[in-house]
Amino acid sequence: MNVRVLIFCLLWPLQAAAQGFAGLGSAAEGFAVPQPDPVFDFPADHGAHPDYRIEWWYLTANLEGPDGTAYGIQWTLFRSALLPETLQGWGDPQIWFAHAAVTTPQAHHVAERVARGGIGQAGVEPAPFRAWIDDWQMAGPNFDRLRVTASGPEFRYALDLQAEGPLVFHGEGGFSVKSAEGQASYYYSQPFFSVEGVLSLPKGDVPVTGQGWLDREWSSQPLSDTQSGWDWFSLSFDGGAKLMGFQLRQTDGTTYSAATWIGADGQTTSFPDGAFRARALEQTEVAGRTVPTRWQVELPDKGVDVTVSALNRAAWMDVSLPYWEGPVSVAGSHAGRGYLEMTGYE
Amino acid sequence: MLLEVENLTKSYPGADGPVAVLRGVDLRLAAGETVALTGESGSGKSTLLHLVGGLDTADGGTIRFDGRDITALDDTGRAALRRRDVGVIFQQFNLIPSLDVAANIAFQARLSGGADMDRLQTLAKALGLDDHLRKYPESLSGGQQQRVAIARTLMARPKLVLADEPTGNLDEATAADVLAQMLELVSETGAALMVVTHSAAVAGQMGRQLHLSRGRLA
Amino acid sequence: MTGAGFSALWSHWRRNPLQLFTLVAGLALATALWSGVQAINAEARASYDAAAQTLGEGRFDHLLPRAGETVGQDRYVALRRSGWQVSPVLEGRVFLPDNSSVRVLGIDPLTTPGGLSPVRMEAVGGLAGFLTEASLFADAETAARVDGHLEGQVVVDPSAAPGVVITDIGTAQALLGQSGRISRMIVAELQPIGLPPLDRIAPDLIRRPAQEVSDVGRLTDSFHLNLTAFGFLSFAVGIFIVHGAIGLAFEQRRGMVRTLRALGMPLGRLVWLMVAELFVLALLAGALGVVLGYLIAGFLLPDVAATLRGLYGADVAGSVRLRPSWWASGFAIALIGTGVAAAGALWQIARMPLLASARPRAWVMARGQGAWRLGALAGLLLLAALGFALWGSGLAAGFALLACLLTGAALALPLILRAVLRLAEGRARSAVWQWFWADTRQQLPSLTLALMALLLAIAANVGVSTMVSSFRLTFVGFLDQRLAPELFITADTPEQAAALEGFLASRAREVLPVNSVETQVAGLPTELFGARVGLTYRENWQFLAQGPDPWDRVGAGQAVIINEQLARRAALWVGDRIAVGPDLSLPIAGIVADYGNPIGQAVVAEAVFARLFPDQAATRFGLRSDDPAALRRALIDDFGLPEGNIVDQAQIKAFSLEVFDRTFTVTAALNVLTLAVAGFAILMSLLTLAALRVPQLAPAWALGLTRAALGRLELRRAVSLAVLTTVLALPLGLALAWVLLAVVNVEAFGWELPMYLFPLDYARLALFALLAAVLAALWPAIRLARTPPGDLLKVFANER
Repeated sequence: MNVRVLIFCLLWPLQAAAQGFAGLGSAAEGFAVPQPDPVFDFPADHGAHPDYRIEWWYLTANLEGPDGTAYGIQWTLFRSALLPETLQGWGDPQIWFAHAAVTTPQAHHVAERVARGGIGQAGVEPAPFRAWIDDWQMAGPNFDRLRVTASGPEFRYALDLQAEGPLVFHGEGGFSVKSAEGQASYYYSQPFFSVEGVLSLPKGDVPVTGQGWLDREWSSQPLSDTQSGWDWFSLSFDGGAKLMGFQLRQTDGTTYSAATWIGADGQTTSFPDGAFRARALEQTEVAGRTVPTRWQVELPDKGVDVTVSALNRAAWMDVSLPYWEGPVSVAGSHAGRGYLEMTGYE
Repeated sequence: MLLEVENLTKSYPGADGPVAVLRGVDLRLAAGETVALTGESGSGKSTLLHLVGGLDTADGGTIRFDGRDITALDDTGRAALRRRDVGVIFQQFNLIPSLDVAANIAFQARLSGGADMDRLQTLAKALGLDDHLRKYPESLSGGQQQRVAIARTLMARPKLVLADEPTGNLDEATAADVLAQMLELVSETGAALMVVTHSAAVAGQMGRQLHLSRGRLA
Repeated sequence: MTGAGFSALWSHWRRNPLQLFTLVAGLALATALWSGVQAINAEARASYDAAAQTLGEGRFDHLLPRAGETVGQDRYVALRRSGWQVSPVLEGRVFLPDNSSVRVLGIDPLTTPGGLSPVRMEAVGGLAGFLTEASLFADAETAARVDGHLEGQVVVDPSAAPGVVITDIGTAQALLGQSGRISRMIVAELQPIGLPPLDRIAPDLIRRPAQEVSDVGRLTDSFHLNLTAFGFLSFAVGIFIVHGAIGLAFEQRRGMVRTLRALGMPLGRLVWLMVAELFVLALLAGALGVVLGYLIAGFLLPDVAATLRGLYGADVAGSVRLRPSWWASGFAIALIGTGVAAAGALWQIARMPLLASARPRAWVMARGQGAWRLGALAGLLLLAALGFALWGSGLAAGFALLACLLTGAALALPLILRAVLRLAEGRARSAVWQWFWADTRQQLPSLTLALMALLLAIAANVGVSTMVSSFRLTFVGFLDQRLAPELFITADTPEQAAALEGFLASRAREVLPVNSVETQVAGLPTELFGARVGLTYRENWQFLAQGPDPWDRVGAGQAVIINEQLARRAALWVGDRIAVGPDLSLPIAGIVADYGNPIGQAVVAEAVFARLFPDQAATRFGLRSDDPAALRRALIDDFGLPEGNIVDQAQIKAFSLEVFDRTFTVTAALNVLTLAVAGFAILMSLLTLAALRVPQLAPAWALGLTRAALGRLELRRAVSLAVLTTVLALPLGLALAWVLLAVVNVEAFGWELPMYLFPLDYARLALFALLAAVLAALWPAIRLARTPPGDLLKVFANER
């Protein structure tokens, strides 16, 4: 049994459900459960919530090199709790887990890290903010100014992030419902990072600038037993507005969707199930799976009808339990860039 | 008297209990005498021959050979009898397949003392075997094989020669030939001869004919 | 038609159950010995693999503390925080109330490289269980030993290495009382770019490179090779039986084949049916063989395990498990064996003209007529063997030599026996003996296969026994040489070592530091030793080859001594120069035999070593003393050296000898088994012949031999043939031993073993062989002696 798969089973409930690992679906087994009308306490809530089963710090960024070449980076730290507590030493039941990637039009470099809490190898501290695992780090004096580093066998990067807008809360004030049965998570984002830094790639160092989007989400039972995967979009339009939308694919062929429209000023509008629609236009064979790499995305209430195309169709995250994640370009009613994440494609 | 048989009985196990083959046979045979033993199939003539030759043991009665009671002999005693005093010629499978003709002829004589090589040559010549001495039995014809058996028996100079259908497997001309040679050689050595046969021609050449019927001599 | 054909073919077996039994039993025995030996091998290998996998031994580089046994886990965190992809390991021994100990191995499953997961975590509810509950994984034997004595939930995991308890590193720290400590780190193969150098992060650690093959594996390969050779020879012995049984059965069915064809069955269909029939029989026999092999392995394995544990320090589970791969290989070998054995017979049937003679006994005779062809083939094979011996190189040539030698000798056997028997027949004085020898010669073709099997069995036993015994004798001599010091001591730190040297200066006759590094010499992994040249080296080390005054020159730093492995692998010999360090190249002054070690060794003077590796201080010492017991007491009482740091030379030697005695147990058991198989072959041949024998023996009986005498003669016949075969097998076995020792061993392991002769052992083997032959011939002989005269008379009966 591959240990990593086990970890992912714990960590990645969607995938777990797809693999018939249904234990997480309904029961939360002593873990705290997200409740409606949350009141967030910052900076403490930027830190870890060991009472909840899963949590992540999820950064994606669309970047550009001096010659105009588009790049994408991902930096994700997951926390998965085996028990709702945290301890000193090896007995700590908090497992940390991270993925980093750099995507270019031709290449997609991926690295993965796993660590246990309690011995200093990985963790998150809210103020001054510091999230780390091994040599990977996202840290700064506060949540608005961060330096992000990661390294792998083929790449490393160091990026400076500066928030240029407010935090954005999804769903109802940060309470994001994930299924008709009411499974939910706490979910907020900082989608207004401006990014500057250097990518070290096999061909050499590349100075880059661009925009970043950081998601924070935690929960204990975020999915329904009948959900098999998701398609998640974070799009930044040229006018400054942004759209976060996802659809959870259900085993009966239907979907459950939700979306947040973010105005250039940070004002948000949440949309319930059905308002956001995504339809696959083109499939690509990647790593032996068939994955949609061009989508038609619609949010009629905001006049959005765009085509979303992968920058690199082979942006396969070949980690222990693999998925697709990569930068996209947007054309149609709105133009822009963004990130697409797709899980549960077998 | 060379052979005195009294009230000899023998039975074999059968499907419905023992089957009596000999039911009290009395027989006397003098030295040098030739006797034909005839009878229907299953009348017990081969069995009688076997008992007299020390090849099998009787159930009752006595057999005296040269004045000696051989009825109660054990395996070893009977083997000695077969080696020294009796020569047996069967219808088939008389010879030892691994030995050549010369060794086969000499075999019994050597078992009971020693083989006279000159006599071997004489016998072989008389029986027309002198060109076949280095051959193995498997390459001989049926008549040649029987002649080898005769030569072997007479090499050992037994007092009694027992022959069980010695010419039964041979064609008529060969059979007559072989029988004539056998009688001639037997008379030469002074041995008595008892031949089991159902051929009237063979029986007719013997000095006396005994008919066995239902386990008794008629 | 197929059904009718099949029932006709099958009726032969129904009427001849003994033949069917011979075929199935022979094949099953052959498969059993093969798969039994393979099973022992596989089990041992699986145990090493489990050990190697658990420890990441061999595949990965390791980081070890420069001094001491452990290092703080902050070192681990610091390395991870700087990007180093390493995984912590803590190991140590825990003593149980019965004074035995187990090795506790603590790992961090989250960071072991490549998803390396030594245990089945499903048993404890997956990773969560492994990490959060103190779960101890061990094989059944070890689990039973520790259950109730160690804190934690004991889980039986058959994949765990024997004698090892695997657990989470946190649990291990608690069990071993090593909170916050780790023993070493496994370095993953893939590391991120821009990694800072090790000495900047953790200068107190050293990196030990991965080894392509673990030491244990290399050493035990020698033992396994013996076993494999044995298994193969045993199988060959069995195949002779099968060949005989199939050949006889096919010949006896020639008449049936003719009838079936005359009735309109196509030849192709008929051959296909026979193949199908054999396939079914082979499967049946294969299954039986695997089960039998399993039993053999189960019976022998505790000894094998003990042998390997003692001999090479390799832990092997003392029980076997029926692995799917055995079934596969057992069936495969049974099918291949049947195919090989039946190919000729099938070919003959396929070529047989419809109206050919159907006399079955033609087969027995034909064997004799084809003798010259076999003789020619035997000659060619023996010539080929000679060619391989003279000009071949490489392991493959060594095995080709073995194959040619054994096959050639087996084929030559009937010719030689025939000649000897003819000679005996010519010299026989009495009629009975003349007949005896002539008859024996006539029986020869039918017994040939069984006798070939016996020849191979004895030769294999002589060969392997000679090899094992030569190995023992040489190794013991080597131990005497290398273990000259009366005591061996280990210091915990270089400081303690220095203090010890001072303490010992006046107390020991000679203090010999054992100081070595693993390095590369002539491009080969080599252990380089710094030796304090003195009387001990001069008096005890014997050279395979040497220049003038080797130790004087080594002591003066002007030369180096290397072991045979290094010399052979690097194609170097006395007088050649080799580079022992970056700027230092020295001539070779001598070459020593080295049987305890798979890798190269080179010995330089202590001073040269210190110049090359200034940081490498000796912590182990060999001590010469006239009163080792007093010195030992002084070390413990006056110096305070822990008793565990002192090892008695006598102890090591006794241990080594005990180990070899166990090796002998296994070898002896296999000897008996192969001879039993050969004995079985003889028994089956005799039983098959029994019916044919009656007409051959009846005339001799009628002419005045008692049945008892005939029975005795039959027994003597078997014994005479066995004696002759044994006499011929001895030189063959010695040739086999020579090939194993001087050819195969050199090619496979890099050292040549001197060959010694063990006449007493051979005498015992010959006795065993005779015993096997007597036992095999006894029953047929008794049956013959008890044949009722009526049965013998039936041969001559006119009316049947």
